[in-house]
Order: sequence, then C-alpha cells, then structure tokens
Amino acid sequence: MINNDSISVGGKLRAFLLDKIVMIVFLGFVVFGFIVSDTFTPSSFTNDIVTRFFRNGVLVLALIVPVMAGLGLNFGIVVGALAGMLAIVFVRYHYTLFPGIGGLLLCFAIATPIAILFGFLTGKLYNKTRGQEMVASLIVAFFADGVYQLFLLFVVGGIIPVRWGHRMINPVAEGVRPMGIRSSFEMGLPAGEMTGRGFGDELPGMARALNNLWRIEFVYALLAVAIAAFAFLVIRRVYMKKNPASGMREPLWQFCVKSAICGAVLLFAIYSSGVIYYWYNVLANTPDINRLDHLPGISNFAVEISRIDRFPVVTGMVIAAIGLFIVYFSKTKLGQDCRSVGQSQQIANVSGINVDRTRIIATIISTVLAAWGMIIFLQDMGHVSTYTVYRNIGFFSVAAILVGGATAAKASVKNAMLGLVLFHAMFIVSPAVGMFLFDDGNAGEYMRTFMVYGVIGVSLGLYVWKALKASKAKFRLDDAP
Amino acid sequence: MTELTKENFSLLNSFRKIPFSTRAVGGLYLAVLILGIVNGFNISTLLSASLHLFGVWAVLALANVPSIQAGTGPNFALPIGIVSGLLAMVLVLSLDIKGMAFILLAALLAIVFGSLAGYLYGRLMNAVKGSEMAIAPYTGFAITAVFGLLWLAIPIGHPHMIFFLGGGLRHQIPLDQFDANFILARFLEIEIFGLEIRTGELLVVFAGCFLMWLFFRTKTGIAMSAVGRNPMFAKASGINVDRSRVIANMMSTAIAALGVIVYAQGFGFVQLYDFPMFMAFPAIACILVGGASGQRAKVANVIVGTFLFQGLMATALPVFTRVLEGAGFVNALRMIIQNGIILYALSRMSKGGN
Repeated sequence: MINNDSISVGGKLRAFLLDKIVMIVFLGFVVFGFIVSDTFTPSSFTNDIVTRFFRNGVLVLALIVPVMAGLGLNFGIVVGALAGMLAIVFVRYHYTLFPGIGGLLLCFAIATPIAILFGFLTGKLYNKTRGQEMVASLIVAFFADGVYQLFLLFVVGGIIPVRWGHRMINPVAEGVRPMGIRSSFEMGLPAGEMTGRGFGDELPGMARALNNLWRIEFVYALLAVAIAAFAFLVIRRVYMKKNPASGMREPLWQFCVKSAICGAVLLFAIYSSGVIYYWYNVLANTPDINRLDHLPGISNFAVEISRIDRFPVVTGMVIAAIGLFIVYFSKTKLGQDCRSVGQSQQIANVSGINVDRTRIIATIISTVLAAWGMIIFLQDMGHVSTYTVYRNIGFFSVAAILVGGATAAKASVKNAMLGLVLFHAMFIVSPAVGMFLFDDGNAGEYMRTFMVYGVIGVSLGLYVWKALKASKAKFRLDDAP
Repeated sequence: MTELTKENFSLLNSFRKIPFSTRAVGGLYLAVLILGIVNGFNISTLLSASLHLFGVWAVLALANVPSIQAGTGPNFALPIGIVSGLLAMVLVLSLDIKGMAFILLAALLAIVFGSLAGYLYGRLMNAVKGSEMAIAPYTGFAITAVFGLLWLAIPIGHPHMIFFLGGGLRHQIPLDQFDANFILARFLEIEIFGLEIRTGELLVVFAGCFLMWLFFRTKTGIAMSAVGRNPMFAKASGINVDRSRVIANMMSTAIAALGVIVYAQGFGFVQLYDFPMFMAFPAIACILVGGASGQRAKVANVIVGTFLFQGLMATALPVFTRVLEGAGFVNALRMIIQNGIILYALSRMSKGGN
C-alpha cells in the first residue's frame, strides 16, 4: 500500500477532492439552484426533501447488504420492487376485502414470500454471472420487467379469470373477455383524507396509510432526533474513552464539529418547538380564528415552521429500524461471512464459508427490503403507474447512495441517509437550474437524467480506476528487490 | 455402423452445434411465421417486414463485432456512437443538403465524430479494464442526456427541424422534407412475389459485413482478435494491447454512427432526445442470437442473429395482434427474449472467464 505520510498536503487535498468529487459537485449544484431560483421557500424545500426521504429511504437501504457481500450495486432491486407491485395489485383488486392499513399490511405479508423467491432466483443468477454482477443486475431488471408485464397484461385475464368491468382491469366491450391490468390505478384515499364524494371513496384506501398512522409536528420530531443524536455522540465518546481496546477512534476535532452541528440543530429545534407550541396554544384559545397564519401578531418564522408537513413517525421508525438492522446484521456471524466473501471469495471459501449461499442470502435480503421499499414508496405516492413507476427505482437509488459517498465495495447506512438528502435536493432544484441556464422547462429533465447516469458512471469509473492504480502500485512494490 | 446412422448422427450433431440462443429464437420465429400463415397472413408480407427490420438493425449489430473481438465485451455504450451519427445528420440537414448528398456527407461526418468519440471512449475503457461492461451502459445513458440538452440549445433555425414554437430541435425530424426518407431502401428496390427487397440498404449492410470480414484478416484485425482472446499472450508477442482496444472501440463507435444513419433513412425520421438511450440492448441481443458469445463474434453471427431476432420482432406484433386481439404484451415478449439472451450470454461468459 502507498504510505500516506509521505504524500504532501497538496496531494492529500487532491486525493480528498477526488474522493468526494461527486458529493462536492452535487452540493454546488444544489446551492446554485437555490440561488438562481425564486420559487423555493425554506418550508417548501424542507417538505420536498422530507417527503422524498421517507418515500425512498427503504429502497436505498436495500442496496447496502449486496455491496457488503461483494455483489456491487444491485440494480436488480427492481425485481424486489416488482414483488411489491404484484402484492399491491392483488390487494387493490380485492379492495373491498382489505381496506386501509390492513390492506397495506397484507401487501407486506404477500410481498415478502414473493420477494424471497425472486431474491433466491436473482441470487442464483448472480452466482452464474460471477464477476459481471453489476451488468447482470441491470439486465435482470429489464428481464423481470418483461415477465411482470407479460403476467399483468396477458396471464391476468388470459389465464387467471378476472371480473368484467372491474376498475383495475382494462375496459373492454360487453361480452369480450377482459384482460390485463390498467396502466394506472389509485391506492385509494386514506380514512382521514376522504371527502365522502366521488368514485371509490366509499372505503378507506392505502394511500399514506402508513404515514398517517401517527404524525407529529415536524420540529417536535426534529427535537427528538437531535436529542437522540446528541446522546448517542456523548455516550459513544465516553464508551471509547473507557474501552480504548474497542478499536473505535475519533479525533477530538471531529467530535467537536459533530457536537457543534448537533447542538445547533438542537437549539433550533428547541426554539422553533417552543414558538410553534406557543402559537398553537394561542390558536386553541382564539375561537373565531381557525388558521395559524390568520392569528394577529404571528411572526413569519412561526408561519413558515407551521407550513412544514407533519412528520410521519411510523415510516420514520420503519426506516430507522431497517437501518439499525443493517448495522446489527453486519456484526452477526452471517454479516461477517458476507464481508469475508466481499473481500475475497477464495479466502472465504478456504475458511469454510459457503460463498454461494452467503451471496444468495445477501440478494434475498436486498430483494425483500426493495419489495417493502416499493410498498412504502407507493403508499406515499398514492397513484400507481402500473408499468413504469418501478423502472427508475434502481438507477435513482444507486445514484443516491453513490452521492452519499458509497462505492461498489463499501456502503453504509450513513452513505444512504446523506445520499438521500443530497440526491433529492438535486432532483428538486434541477428544473430551476434548467430554466435558468437554458430557458426551457425540459432542460431540467435532461439535466436530471444526466446527473443520475453521470453520477453512476463517474463513481463506478473512479472506483475501478483507483483500484487498478492501487493494484499496479502493489505490483510494483512486490517486484522491488 | 452403417452409413445411414452415421449420417443421421452427424446431422444431429450439427444441429447441436447451433448455439442455444439461435435455436430458441429461430424456433420461435418459425412458430410465429407458421401461426401467421395459418391465420391468413401472406408469407411474403411477413418476410418483407423481417427483411426491413434486418436492414435497419444489421449495421448497429455489426458495431459490436470489434469491441467483442478486442475483449471489451458487447458495446453497451452504443448510444455514444448513435449520438455521433445523429449529430452528423443534424449538422448536414441544417445546411439544407438533401437526398443522396445528405447521406454521403452525413456518413463522412459520422465516421469522423464516431472515431473521435470512440477514441475517448476507448481510453476510458482502458482506464477501467476488467469492469468495462459495468461502466459502459451509464456512459451511454449520460451521453444521451447531455445530447438531450444539446438538441435543446443548438442554434439551428431550419424550419423543418425545430419545434413550431421554437425552443430546440424536434423529437423527430422528418426526412421526407429533405428527400432522404428510405433513400437507401428505395435504391434499386425490387419486388419478387410481393417480397420487397430493399436492395440499397442490403447492399450497404453486406458491404459493411464484407469489409469487417476483410478487416479481421489484416494484421491489425488479427492482432485485435489476439488481444481479445488472451491479452497476456498478445502483450508477450509484442502487440500493443491498449492501442488495439482503442482502435476496436473507435471502429465500434464509428460503425454505430453509420448504423443510425441507415436506421434513420429506413424509418424516414431522425429521432433525437431519449431515442439512443436503450438502443444498445436490442443490437447486442441481435449479435448474441446469432451465436456470438461475450468474447467471440463473427460477421455471420450478425447476419443470422439480426435476421432471426428482428424478424421475430417484426412478425410477432401483427400476428399476435390478429390472433389475440390487442397485443400489448408483445413489447413484454421482446424484453424477455432480448434480456434473457443477454443474461444467458453473461452467464456463459463468466464460466469461460474462470
């Protein structure tokens, strides 16, 4: 290996820039977009980011375990997403039997075994295409897309009989055999949002069913998260001081920076929570005004805070639980096996690990998480484009985790979380940037597409290039007399 | 053993020698043809449709031969070549050059742009040796998006090329406005028993195939094959491996650029924006159906594979539409076959690699 101490400060800076180039470009892009656009308010921007964070969180987390096992970035999470889609189609077809959150839970229950089967098959395939998993995962996503379309367009109706005139089924003239699921359908409004009028409002649906289970004011949730993060930082610091042998190390300046950020967020959360709590109390005591921003004397700050959507606690807890599960998993025997396999299949094999089995399990975990992720994604969207909505899931999720600093060989929950925020911030500002640079609404769309594929190409390219360079350097050192 | 059994045996053997992908797609094609004839289709209509798609796709499929032979795998970054060809056509059209002159000039420019882009792309492929196929698709996608922006911003004011309300080039530029639709196809076009033969297009295809065949008999071509077969051995025998790979990618990209010109005149439109994005996969499926593997490809693979795969695609849609009334799933069928074939080739590839 190259000795780091012998590299000059300039070299270190260059290495750092090369390492973080994608993240830096994204940050620059977002800041630029924020400056040139006049449509964003702090609350609307926060709303967009928070919505997309919870919508895509599980899908991005689904990528981590295969990276651990050396399978690279699993574009095949689309296969898992399709398992989730199948479950949703089934439950929505029988919407009268399974309304509301019960239907959504049933979706998870149905999707899981399907995803396990799909994950098993995909894992088998990855074992057959060893060394080319990443391109195989891309192609298997297209392949699965074809099978899924054939199933929903031909087998449903063609082989499995369906009811004529059902609102999920393609409409045909009377007497003609109905065939195929429509190209789009609704998840059905949840109980709290039903207006009591219009078609299909008679039963609560699955849209936002999970999000709406328990929502609290955003800044309260921020307060809770900031307190938890602060406590975590301090406890970890104390633990590291008491157990120097634990192998965890953190320079003092890093701890200080982290605590400072955490403290700032905490102070902001305390202040804004106090403000909003006060004004809600005022609102409750003023009988003739029913909106916060109509209150006399209310500050702009308080109105802005109140415009942030309420925090979906249950969805947040699901994402946190899956994140914790991945951290825990990496410490179990199976997780350690995954890492060994990821490092070197030969060495893992010699040390008695069943390499093929471990890789299949990693793929199954990823596929199941992707299926759940897709269900969470769609319950938040509320509207399902049956044959297109899953297509970009793989690309977007991979791009997000790469922006967060992951590579094809190393990915963590931290990368996923950071990437989710940065990537979707790019997504939100790109129309504005396109409008500013090209004076054309479509330009933002192409810019977005370019950013997605550019990130994937550049990140993977840089990673391979660095690996090749490192192996060459090693080769040279080995040759030295 | 009697003569007869021996002969039977060798017949069976030679059938077994046909690669699985070729047998499977060929069988399906035959089945669709028979189904079509049973359902009242004219055989020459079906074959004409097959030949049409064959002529349009063959050059794009041919572009994969050099990259496979040089060991960089099927060219998943085909969109790079395609946008080079599109740029060439757009520039020539913007000068209001029409007819055959347009085709020839665009072809010339396409070779120049394609070679330049291919050179850079070849350098990139050398920098990521061993993971070419993982990187290539995203390079192609990203370039497509960049050119999406270019089509919007390019300062061309030709009335047949821009949106009516201004703001960039159209999604489809109609070539009939430039007397260039089907220009190769109509050249010496003949019809035998209702079977349309687009002579000019086929001439271009076979000329390209012949030149490719010839190239792999030159010194450079043989060196290229050696690089793909065993880079270590090639290096030991004094071949510049990196240079060979760059040349292969230049050729592949330039041929793709030419291929899109044939494609555009065959349909009568220059398609821009998202069109190149997913063009690599059908082209790769074509050559794989013909029996190419991830490491070995011949010109014959291109001809056989393109005819079978595109023939199946050309006939399946009308036949299934009539037989089953409404054939929204033909696209699904295409995705299954196309990507199934690529996956099959990938699985064979790593077996060979280990």
